[in-house]
Amino acid sequence: MKVLYFAWLKAKTGMAEEDIAPPAGTTTVGQLIEHLKTLSPGHAAAFETLSVVRVAVNQDYGGLDTPVKAGDEVAFFPPVTGG
Amino acid sequence: MIRVQREDFDSGAELARFSQGKTSVGGICLFVGLVRDYIGHDPAAGTPVQAMTLEHYPGMTERQLEAIEAEARKRWPLEDALVIHRYGRLEPGDRIVLVAASSAHRDAAFEACRFLIDWLKTKAPFWKVEHTQEGDAWVEAREADEDAAKRWE
Repeated sequence: MKVLYFAWLKAKTGMAEEDIAPPAGTTTVGQLIEHLKTLSPGHAAAFETLSVVRVAVNQDYGGLDTPVKAGDEVAFFPPVTGG
Repeated sequence: MIRVQREDFDSGAELARFSQGKTSVGGICLFVGLVRDYIGHDPAAGTPVQAMTLEHYPGMTERQLEAIEAEARKRWPLEDALVIHRYGRLEPGDRIVLVAASSAHRDAAFEACRFLIDWLKTKAPFWKVEHTQEGDAWVEAREADEDAAKRWE
């Protein structure tokens, strides 16, 4: 699946996007985050405080329980500040 | 209609075009958001802002803005609705966003315009980083914006 990072999550992970093949049994956003945290100290820092991280799966807002599967586009970002 | 763009827009020209040829329109409400030159609520105490950069999520931004426009059209009898949002580097005084709603009567236009900007602020995937003399800082989401959006739920 494709994982995207925006704003300070991009700065902390050091990348805008990456292709991820999560371990078997990864079926939710929460489980995906647990895997991403193991990839680098930057990833661990990005996901340190989940209350300030928002997620979208295939461009729709989701939560920790939202299902994810191969081929999905999963984006992580802080609360939005447009307008 | 939704537009997400780097380049500036002409508020007057947009306003003129918005109702052109639509003689059933009785009123238009239009809001333009600008880059303010200080952080916070007190101009004297606030940190001066030199510029800001708006990042967004191409694809999802359009999708969310279209959903917000559709919701406004469902709630009010609108003749038309328009959202223009810029991204990229902007300086104080620059236009960031324009929202407009037209209707046969003013109440729907006023309410839909307010709704569009309130929901956009909490749902459209844009992020601002402010450039100041002390460095760059990502703007944090404001509780007041959440409260403003919740009024419409």
